[in-house]
Amino acid sequence: MNDFSLSMIAPMMPEIFLAVAGLALLIFGVFRGDKSSALVGWLSVGAFIVTGYLLSGKGDESIVVLNGMFVSDMFAVVSKYIILAGLIVSAILSIRFLEEEKMARFEYPILMLFAGLGMMLMVSAHDLLALYMGLELQSLALYVLAAIRRDNIKSSEAGLKYFVLGAISSGMLLFGASLIYGYTGSTNFNVIGNSLAQEVSVGALIGMVFLLAGLAFKISAVPFHMWTPDVYEGAPSSVTAFFALVPKMAAMALVIRLLFEAFPAVDGQWQQIVWILSALSMAVGAFAALLQDNIKRLLAYSSIGNMGFALVGLAAGTAEGLAGVLVYMIIYMIMTAGTFGIVLSMRRNGQALEKISDLAGMSRNHPAMAYALAILMFSMSGIPPLAGFFGKFMVFKAAVGVGLYGLAIFGVLCSVVAAYYYLRIIKVMFFDEPESAYDAAPFARRAIVAVCIAFILAFIFYPSPLVDVSTDAVSVFFNVQPAR
Amino acid sequence: MLDNILSLQIFLPLVGALLVLALPKISDCTARWIALATSTIVFVLSLVMLNGFDGASGEMQFVEKAVWFPALGLTYHLGVDGISIYFVLLSTFLTPICLISCWKSIEKRVKEYMVAFLILETFMIGTFCALDSVLFYVFFEGVLLPMFLIIGIWGGKRRVYAAFKFFLYTLLGSVLMLVALLALYYQTGTTDIVALADNALPLNWQIWLWLAFFASFAVKMPMWPVHTWLPDAHVEAPTAGSVILAGVLLKMGGYGFLRFSLPILPDASAYFSDMVFWMSIVAIVYTALVALVQEDMKKLIAYSSVSHMGFVTLGIFSANQQGVDGAMFQMLSHGIISAALFLCVGVVYDRLHTREISRYGGLVKNMPKYATVFMVLMLGSVGLPGTSGFVGEFLTLMGAFQTNTIIAAFATTGVVFGAAYMLVLYRRVIFGEPKNADASAMPDLTKVEFGYLVPLVVMVIIFGVAPGLVMKNISPSVEKLLLHYKTNTEVPQSVADVAEKKVVRHE
Repeated sequence: MNDFSLSMIAPMMPEIFLAVAGLALLIFGVFRGDKSSALVGWLSVGAFIVTGYLLSGKGDESIVVLNGMFVSDMFAVVSKYIILAGLIVSAILSIRFLEEEKMARFEYPILMLFAGLGMMLMVSAHDLLALYMGLELQSLALYVLAAIRRDNIKSSEAGLKYFVLGAISSGMLLFGASLIYGYTGSTNFNVIGNSLAQEVSVGALIGMVFLLAGLAFKISAVPFHMWTPDVYEGAPSSVTAFFALVPKMAAMALVIRLLFEAFPAVDGQWQQIVWILSALSMAVGAFAALLQDNIKRLLAYSSIGNMGFALVGLAAGTAEGLAGVLVYMIIYMIMTAGTFGIVLSMRRNGQALEKISDLAGMSRNHPAMAYALAILMFSMSGIPPLAGFFGKFMVFKAAVGVGLYGLAIFGVLCSVVAAYYYLRIIKVMFFDEPESAYDAAPFARRAIVAVCIAFILAFIFYPSPLVDVSTDAVSVFFNVQPAR
Repeated sequence: MLDNILSLQIFLPLVGALLVLALPKISDCTARWIALATSTIVFVLSLVMLNGFDGASGEMQFVEKAVWFPALGLTYHLGVDGISIYFVLLSTFLTPICLISCWKSIEKRVKEYMVAFLILETFMIGTFCALDSVLFYVFFEGVLLPMFLIIGIWGGKRRVYAAFKFFLYTLLGSVLMLVALLALYYQTGTTDIVALADNALPLNWQIWLWLAFFASFAVKMPMWPVHTWLPDAHVEAPTAGSVILAGVLLKMGGYGFLRFSLPILPDASAYFSDMVFWMSIVAIVYTALVALVQEDMKKLIAYSSVSHMGFVTLGIFSANQQGVDGAMFQMLSHGIISAALFLCVGVVYDRLHTREISRYGGLVKNMPKYATVFMVLMLGSVGLPGTSGFVGEFLTLMGAFQTNTIIAAFATTGVVFGAAYMLVLYRRVIFGEPKNADASAMPDLTKVEFGYLVPLVVMVIIFGVAPGLVMKNISPSVEKLLLHYKTNTEVPQSVADVAEKKVVRHE
């Protein structure tokens, strides 16, 4: 054990700042009351931006601090930037929505901030204990957010359901972690990796399966997806947007780090698991969404399907596949942000609308919004030349590259089935008889949608920056362990 | 300008579309004029390209190459040879005609319609120019987006069903092609279509890849038994949509066979040629019989398209000079004739708002000009000597006779059936006693209608009388394609033999 010095925690500056900012905002909110919720919201956006600034330059080298608990490398930094961007977008989306729904509470942005802190710790976790800490910090904040509308039975139900199932998954995760500790003698990812490289024991494998099951719950991969539709539907829409955008990215990054730092020696085993998770998620995401008429529920199944597609890249297990996963997640987040920007704007006479049939005639009343949603839906269904296609292209390319033809063919067929329900949204908007117009959408929301559309279109012509960043980020795992 | 002429043609319509979108509050009329002007300029550009095209070389010309997706090795690689250049011309020629033809009939959401058509033109031209397989896929699939909206928004009563069927059917075929493209990439290390042809793949690989490509192109073509989306899409699409669908989109399937299946997977193409022959025969005979009993004019022409496309697949897979030349010619000729026939249906539909054959009759009395135009087109579709339809059918049948006489004999009966349904259609609509007062009160072709139909009629006759005008550009490229095909498949086909051959070639 080394002596403590301040420089040792320098790589954690962004997280420390975010924690302090969260506490300060909490005190501020307590003194000013709920009327300050919009201000707290904007201040937390400011805190995210400052955190992003503090992050700059942290990824140039891999540093492990706090006795192997916390790692700061390129992959962590890129993931954190993505998470912060998602947090900023979902915070901005929520501020006005909370006022419209008359549920403005100053705790809301602060809970979001602490969830974000948990996620940042997750992607930097280098030890099973740090992993659990980050995960629980995130999850607890998310449970409360899901149930934040206490007087609404659906919201409370969503929160409770999320909590109970989340607790089970945490239990599985802890059980797996204890098995791994028992069989390898450590909770540190590198030590576990080295130990497994020398000898693989059945106990450690079982532990890994439990760990993966617990994490699959967080990314809502089938068969651990049951909570997703109910929570998406029950939680307030801005919370749903947040759930769809950010936690999955964090959990996916965590899965990647765990598998590639702690379990590279047993990649044959976990690839099988990921294969099955991926195939099942794609299938359920495609077929279960066909019959939904609530748009939030539909997006829940769509997110399950999309996680399935992202996992295809992970199942490939190559650098290319991992870069594909990152690119896919980023594109997915951007498409989701745009979609929720529009879903949150579906309001008539101050009432939020959630039915797909409420989209009818959008192309007449709000043509710009309708075209934006059409582009988003075409992109989600993976039709070229939109960005969503390239995300799918990258993960399937990686899968074909390692000979996973079955998964690739199964995946593209699922994407055809999924195309049906995305097309259905377009059909309702463009082909059905119009209804009355929506209330005007606030500027911030329209700006977010516009940025998302601009990205989806620009990606066709300038794909390189995003792909290069992702490739750089995942190279961390392949330089450290050249044995693969 | 010649250096970038392909990119200009591809992206000019897109610029026009953006212009229509970006200019605030322009009237419908201005939108129409912007779209028409853009597509006309593109057509002029493609004529300039044709003028600068060296038909004798058979090589890729006007090649453009730029980095697009460096991390994945994808390039922005364009070029045309004798096989693709006429498809580009067909696209640029039909688009302005379509835009004129719907000047009056499309009244709602005009701006959006123009934007959809211009984007469609971008994708169509791009499909035929792309020399990078992923770029090709992007354009090939991108066509679905505007077409889905065109059918779904401006279509007929069952437009939603038709739009979904069209979209999902073609998507299902295409995604399998995507997997095949990825597999090809890993087998050969390139996405360049020209370079892909230089790789000799083992037969068992070729077979799977060929089937995946076939899934995509056969649906697009469409071949029996995956043709069922076509009648629905045609019937429900607005006139201009049907014109583009029949005129250009169907040709993407045939073009795909010529660009991917024959050169890149020659062994598998030879392996599967008998299967394709039989499917073509069924398409030719069966769909011709189906066409015979149709009551809807558009549906009849749609089925006739499937039948005519049967000749194309027959010609392509007979894999000799006459066959492939004929298939190429048949595609171009069908692109013009069926497009013009759909326009003709559109003319009477605009007046009476029905496509039911029995509602018409005796139109020759009140619409003599229409009857004349329709007659030339009908005869072209039947394949009368002197029209472009004859040249295509004759050459494909000649090619097929050399490969498989029985098949060719069956296919020839299709010509008779073709004559039957077209003549019946013509008799019931144009001749006979006028049945309905409103039908016999319809005015003859307006100047505009006459103006856009006559160029097509003239083309049908010119191509029929002087096919050499086109053939001189097509044949060298076809010859090159077939030379490559023959050198790759001259060994007798059995798995062991091919495996042996590969070993030899690798040394």
